[in-house]
Amino acid sequence: MKKRRLIPVLLLRNGWLVQSKQFRRWQNLGNPITAVKRLSEWASDELIYLDISRDETYDLRRDDLGHPNRHTIFEIIEDVSKNAFMPITVGGRIRSLVDIERRLAVGADKVAINTKAIEDPEFVSIAAREFGSQCIVASIDFREINGIKLVVGSGAHEVTTFEPCAWARRVEDLGAGEILLNSVDRDGMRTGYDLELIDAVSQRVRIPVIACGGVGNWGHLAEGLEKTHADAVAAANIFHYTDQSVFLAKKHLVARKLDVRPPDLFTVRELRI
Amino acid sequence: MVRVCVLNYGSGNVGSVFNLFSSLDVTVKVSNRSSDVEHATHIVLPGVGAFGAAMRKIRNTLPLETLENTVLGGGKPFLGICVGMQVLADTSTEFGEHSGLGWISGRVEKLDARGLPLPHIGWNDIAPSREDPLLHELQADTDFYFLHSFAFRPARIDDTLATAEFGERFCAIVQRDNIRGVQFHPEKSQNAGIQLARNFLGMS
Repeated sequence: MKKRRLIPVLLLRNGWLVQSKQFRRWQNLGNPITAVKRLSEWASDELIYLDISRDETYDLRRDDLGHPNRHTIFEIIEDVSKNAFMPITVGGRIRSLVDIERRLAVGADKVAINTKAIEDPEFVSIAAREFGSQCIVASIDFREINGIKLVVGSGAHEVTTFEPCAWARRVEDLGAGEILLNSVDRDGMRTGYDLELIDAVSQRVRIPVIACGGVGNWGHLAEGLEKTHADAVAAANIFHYTDQSVFLAKKHLVARKLDVRPPDLFTVRELRI
Repeated sequence: MVRVCVLNYGSGNVGSVFNLFSSLDVTVKVSNRSSDVEHATHIVLPGVGAFGAAMRKIRNTLPLETLENTVLGGGKPFLGICVGMQVLADTSTEFGEHSGLGWISGRVEKLDARGLPLPHIGWNDIAPSREDPLLHELQADTDFYFLHSFAFRPARIDDTLATAEFGERFCAIVQRDNIRGVQFHPEKSQNAGIQLARNFLGMS
């Protein structure tokens, strides 16, 4: 039987691993390589890397921006692919087929497309035909505005008129193979998933949905699997608070009789960069 | 000495497959040259994406005559991965009708997931149908990473080495003589993938 998945999300901003709150505030968690090694050794089911750098919002007060230890997303993916043998999805700043090709070339298995899909839905079709639907993850961010949940783009800077369920159906028809669904309002708030919307979307589409946004404890991950039809539960910040985080999260899910791959250990050889 | 030739025809996962075999401290060459195919002790055909596109690239870039001589004629251990496994079949119905290599008789058809979401993405356990050195030290419920919507349906029941279940029970490993193909991705399956790769390299 296929297991439902637990997926740590790593947010990279200007070369640093960060923690995010409602897509507006970021806290630097340090060098991404250490986190990557840790998450790989605890045998995560997959990893998702989102590059949320925005050139125009570089915070010049930060004194670590010029730090020599910054790594590009390409270096990180390449190194993980060489040493960790796990499925990798890469998102952020993907605007062309060449952008996709470059990420796959260094070892990514899937790419997540968000803003470009909103601006040019046909791009999803073209990308799916070129690389296969299994390679194209439609990343959908939404927030509540005047009581209505709407899809947002450009790191939540642009509000669309799309309702999340309808947009999810649209990207499925366009050829996306998977949906990463993230609540901007709950991002970094530790109040749990937007279970209602996640379930609504996962019941409307026939492709797997990855739930994201709001996890503050292992119980929230379990709820995401128990109370919605999402195929996978993802979270970012929580995996950086505690050591052995993937192992402990898996242990909790197994104890609650959820169909996940049991906790495992994997020896990662030396990461080079 | 073990020399692996990972066939290079522009498949997206060639780098990851190279990394997996390289980690086992054997000589690995990514190539589409006849001489490398002949010189290798083990041949691997990676693959991702659509069947038709993969077959077009295979026909255009790989030395098929040499491959058939060494694999079908010479009995050299061969491993196909994902679409590299599916192309062993006679035909596929993915985006129209396409013909494959026809090395193991069968058809590739859309998985009958019975309402489960497709593609089949994630970790799923395999059930061996019989013993084989490829499965050495891999327990019956070992999870591997799958990422596909279509499945190989071998014409002969004996050619199925292991199955997995997703809506229906489908062929996860196909095998006939020295030719083996896995629907999942050993290069993305952590410990289980390394063990399977090691088992493959142990064959001669």
